[in-house]
Amino acid sequence: MNTLDVREVITRAHHEEWARVVASLTRRFGDLDIAEEAAAEAFATAVERWPADGVPPNPGAWLTTTANRKAIDRIRRESKRGDKQKEAQLLHDDPPGLLGPIDDERLRLIFTCCHPALAMETRVALTLRMVAGLTVPEIARAFLMPETAMEKRITRAKAKIKVARIPYRVPSAEDLPARVSGVLAVLYLVFNEGYLATGPGTDPVRHELTAEAIRLTRLIRALMPDNGEVAGLLALMLLTEARRTARVSASGELVRLDEQDRGSWDVALIAEGHRLVRERLAARVAPGPYQILAAISAVHTSARDIRDTDWSQVVALYDQLVRLEPSPVIALNRAIAVAELDGPEVALAAVDRLEPELAGYHAYHVTRADLLRRLGRSQESRAAYHKAIELAGNTAETAHLTRRRDQLG
Amino acid sequence: MQYLVSVIDDTAGSATPDEDGALDVFNDRLQAEGHWVFAGGLGAPSTATVIDNRGGKALVTDGPFLESKEHLGGFWIIEAADLDEALKLATAGSKACNRKVEVRPIL
Repeated sequence: MNTLDVREVITRAHHEEWARVVASLTRRFGDLDIAEEAAAEAFATAVERWPADGVPPNPGAWLTTTANRKAIDRIRRESKRGDKQKEAQLLHDDPPGLLGPIDDERLRLIFTCCHPALAMETRVALTLRMVAGLTVPEIARAFLMPETAMEKRITRAKAKIKVARIPYRVPSAEDLPARVSGVLAVLYLVFNEGYLATGPGTDPVRHELTAEAIRLTRLIRALMPDNGEVAGLLALMLLTEARRTARVSASGELVRLDEQDRGSWDVALIAEGHRLVRERLAARVAPGPYQILAAISAVHTSARDIRDTDWSQVVALYDQLVRLEPSPVIALNRAIAVAELDGPEVALAAVDRLEPELAGYHAYHVTRADLLRRLGRSQESRAAYHKAIELAGNTAETAHLTRRRDQLG
Repeated sequence: MQYLVSVIDDTAGSATPDEDGALDVFNDRLQAEGHWVFAGGLGAPSTATVIDNRGGKALVTDGPFLESKEHLGGFWIIEAADLDEALKLATAGSKACNRKVEVRPIL
């Protein structure tokens, strides 16, 4: 095996085994910090040794054994220093025999990293580090933060988990739905930051973040195959990711759904997403918000041409979503579909009613600008584009909006 | 594991009779379920006295060490297996005393 192949094996092992190694070490040693460091050392040892010694027959087992040894070394070093507190403060764990319906160590890890007592941005950072195995510099880059600040955030979180005794377990059946939706919110946030990256210095689409979010959601799907919202979020991500390359033009401009080259959509991802949506429909259980969003995405991706879109179905799904989660952003998206069904005038009236809540949200002004343009009210449309450009954080979107504004007579 | 549950008060008055009743029910539950360690309500911040004896000569100051809109109104020390259990109790405590509460582990 040449060096290049070995490197590929290590990358794959990192994807497949990192969370498993961190989770099993956390379970054994009761300390996220020790688990993280020992896992990182084990992978570094693999990078050093595998090209010369060859890849071990069972890379996962090799990595776990090596990481275990590294962890024990560290604990010995520290207990020599008389750090008795380390031994006393082990993470709290279920006694054996009291395990919940799903027991995978990686799930415990995910639920601990996404605990509601941690701030949202902390949950995101911790999940990317502990579960996805991204390095601190990678996470810092992803969220445009200095490395030292990101390091501090993760260190603080690990300390809080330990000192305040955030439990290392899968929540009880009673708490599970709320906690799962907390985990999914973290993954959706990672995905969206990749899909519509903010900041003047970043690429408009950050594929590494969307890919990571999909990978983690697939993992959770494998661990909780019967959870409808997990399936819904995965389908939503796949159907969105399928349109990724069509969404930004060669010149780096955002391309809206109605102008996208549908031939360049990823048919395999669409097929997988549609399969998941059908699976949820067949389950005949009232869908949660991610499943409804996935169904909306499925309607869009089923149309060969924008004119074939079943808009009445889209509006009906948004109605269902509004009933479940009344939010001005959902009302705004519903209005966009209403424009196709009942015309821009009806839609504009609905959009204008959202002004008090959404005046600071760029998509509100984008929608108004577009509706006003279609109604021939150029002056007002230009003002709305202007406002939208001011508020938009994504470079490709700014380029698209600027062109649209300049096209107005 | 013990946690300090602090009652964060932003009102001037003390608990109403209704709140007192709810607190009694909550405290009874803490005791019945073995979570109770200690609890107390505090006098208003204006009744506080600050002592600084770091320099060897005690300096006495009238009033709280920190002037703020919110102040510590009272506290519980509870026994809980982990943060999840502590947060559940604190959630019921916040409802009972009709105030915000803060949960911190005692080392």
